[in-house]
Amino acid sequence: MVAIRLAQASDLPAISALDRRLTGSDKPQYWQDMLGPDRHFLVAETDKGALAGFIAGEVRAWEFGQPAAGWVFAIQIEPRLRLHGVGTQLFEALVARFKAKGVTRVRTLVDRKDHLILSFFRAQGMVAGPSLQLDKDLS
Amino acid sequence: MKLQTGTRLGLYAVLELARDPERTLSAADLAERFGVSSHHLAKVLRTLGSAGLVRGGRGASGGYRFTGNRRRTTLMDIVALFEPAPGQRAKESGEDTDIGAALQRVLMEIDEIAEATLRSISLETMLKSKGPSLRSG
Repeated sequence: MVAIRLAQASDLPAISALDRRLTGSDKPQYWQDMLGPDRHFLVAETDKGALAGFIAGEVRAWEFGQPAAGWVFAIQIEPRLRLHGVGTQLFEALVARFKAKGVTRVRTLVDRKDHLILSFFRAQGMVAGPSLQLDKDLS
Repeated sequence: MKLQTGTRLGLYAVLELARDPERTLSAADLAERFGVSSHHLAKVLRTLGSAGLVRGGRGASGGYRFTGNRRRTTLMDIVALFEPAPGQRAKESGEDTDIGAALQRVLMEIDEIAEATLRSISLETMLKSKGPSLRSG
């Protein structure tokens, strides 16, 4: 059982550490920015007060020509607490906040080789959206 | 995207049986449901049985039931039993030319997106999707 609440500055070290462990990249400033007023940054906390996971997103209008939608920027769950619905609780809490802001769509971008996270979002009912991401190597 | 007949029958059979893992259906029942040949379906069911996804009775009236894991089995797991993996595909003539190689890169991009989609959808996700036909079963 976890509790979902807004992330605070005091959560940042644990958030950064979990993300660094799972992705191999250290980006404390990025997580600091997620505490900004327009962002929705939520954590899941165990009954012992440990970080079980987090989710971050924002409502953005006319991004890439699209009307307002809630964007999920990041979600990470402590691996030993996975398959217990923590990710679903975080996602649902974020979606509820997006709905409260009046948007009717939620979007994200996922690495197409990351089948774990793709499966997670599919299980939440997400399907391929209207946009295709394009990319070019500039090196 | 066009799937080979065997692949489509494999997906039909697995999804129908995975709806209720306690239920057994014969190859003839499944064939009738999807309007396909029971001979062809029996062959598909043998492939699914070898992969541990279904366990089947013997003979035309023997029932099959789902024995896999709905949450862990993806659509790609079924497709891969019947379709050649992109890397194992026989080389087509002209692929060694610059135009052939450029076309091949585009086709690989499409394959990768198709594979990512199929690999991201578990049987569980598929069966609880909002499509009326899957919910009514």
